[in-house]
Amino acid sequence: MKLEDFELGGTQLKASDFKTGKVLTTEWKPDLKYAWDNGVAIGRYLAEFKEGRIIARVCHKCDRIMLPPRMFCELCFRPTDEWMYVKDTGVINTFSIAKVNWDASRRGPKEPPLLPAVIEIDGASEGMGIMHMLGEADPKDFKIGMKVKAVWKKPEDRTGAITDILYFKPVAAGTEDKNKGRPEGRGKEVR
Amino acid sequence: MVKRVAVVGIGTTGFRPVTPDVSFRELIFEAARKAYTDAGIEPSEIDGFITTAEDFMEGYSIADEYCPDQIGAVLKPTQTIPGDFIQGMATGYMMIMTGAFRTIAIEAHSKASNMRNIGELMGFAQDPVYNRPLRETPHAVAGLEMTRYLFESAASSEQCAQVVVKNKKNAMRNPYAAFGAEITEGDVLASEPISLPLHRLDIAPHADGAVVAVLADEDTARALCETPIWIEGLGWSTDTPTLEMRDWGEAAYARLAAEMAYRMAGIGNPAALIDFAEICDEYSYKELQHMEALKLCMPGEAAYMIESGATSYQGELPINISGGALGVGHLFEASGAHKILELVEQLRGNAGARQIPDVNVGLAQVWRGVPTATGAVAILSNM
Ligand SMILES: [Zn+2]
Repeated sequence: MKLEDFELGGTQLKASDFKTGKVLTTEWKPDLKYAWDNGVAIGRYLAEFKEGRIIARVCHKCDRIMLPPRMFCELCFRPTDEWMYVKDTGVINTFSIAKVNWDASRRGPKEPPLLPAVIEIDGASEGMGIMHMLGEADPKDFKIGMKVKAVWKKPEDRTGAITDILYFKPVAAGTEDKNKGRPEGRGKEVR
Repeated sequence: MVKRVAVVGIGTTGFRPVTPDVSFRELIFEAARKAYTDAGIEPSEIDGFITTAEDFMEGYSIADEYCPDQIGAVLKPTQTIPGDFIQGMATGYMMIMTGAFRTIAIEAHSKASNMRNIGELMGFAQDPVYNRPLRETPHAVAGLEMTRYLFESAASSEQCAQVVVKNKKNAMRNPYAAFGAEITEGDVLASEPISLPLHRLDIAPHADGAVVAVLADEDTARALCETPIWIEGLGWSTDTPTLEMRDWGEAAYARLAAEMAYRMAGIGNPAALIDFAEICDEYSYKELQHMEALKLCMPGEAAYMIESGATSYQGELPINISGGALGVGHLFEASGAHKILELVEQLRGNAGARQIPDVNVGLAQVWRGVPTATGAVAILSNM
């Protein structure tokens, strides 16, 4: 047999055939629902968000203060040892200026861009922090290494979600000192 | 050249109807940490990692990317098999046989309680063109198969109910099992009709839990442990997904998977050589149908074996001593993992109150549930 003999054939289509519904498809809209158990680490993390606080977990073996917190150290592969509050300030590790929404639809001409950012939080180990949004400044004014601080929702509006923080804003000159630097050592254990 | 591959460590959380206290990561960490401690190895010393998961069951696209942390596989070779744990184990076996990997860890878990409309999710597995528009319950696929199996084998609904009674009773001796109970044949037949001849109690209820196992080549296995549990045979097979064309009476996928595993293990007469078996009983009739497909008895003979007690705890061929899916809970892609766990514990002599005396060869068989026609078989020994 020739290779052509294996072709199953079909009908050549024009763009107008699609528009006029001559090409038949089967559609289905799934109705799937999930509810992920937060568990110990993320359960506590989110409960603290509701109180306007950020909490981390410490591994004594590798001396990392991990944020987001986790009940096991993925490197030492052992349970982590203690809770520790960290600050709600940090520095921008990286950021982007998004002109499209999460479903890739384009933002309207009057909508400001979204500013996703990774913030290294003061008190957590280097390179660890929160993936969140930036706000309250012109996109072109944000820089890597810039000091930022969380802007929280009003207490009565918080639900125990990462959106209890609205965004991180640049720390105004003069207010920087009291949030500066990482705490020395491990700080106080929190139960 | 690598000659044999063994299970050198295994760990589990046990199985529960719900696990709201822990995240899936925390659940898996517990099983992984226990497996590595059991094997006397740290994940940093393990050459490769395999997880088994389906995106739709996890609620994540690309769920495989969310695996490394909780199994100790960060920045290590890792991959996900979208299938049962035993299929993952087959991949791990082949990786070790290449000689490029000495040790492989394999993970499987179920967070079934987090799938909040599991009926829709299972229905989503049906063909969207041929079958889904009929809007039949996914259990109807099992109902259809049960009808045909009972017709061909002359087994009865009562005998299927006896499988439920046996397995739930076995589960009462298994501390890992979620659904142990003392019930009667009458309780099963009087339970809510689902898709007749299937009743509610014929169907394994789902459970949460995780299992991690460590495989190693022969030299590493002997250095790590006194009783390596050797993988003697592996096989897997898939029938056509087309419901309109498949064999509804015989579980051909299971027969072919078993034949492949028996060839590899050099087993000519499985009924005589296999000491005990953990086989898929996600629906009661499946245990009987699978026994015949696995040649643990003659076609049509399984019903007599359950009736006579031959497959009970003290019978000549104990089947699902763990309680099976009916007693332990249905674990989706971790179903094979719980069966391998039972084989390892029995073959090590660590099965506690449910230990079967003097066992050397065990068989684990799994089916991927409705509407699939995929099965896998593993044969393990302690010799
Ligand atoms: Zn650590």
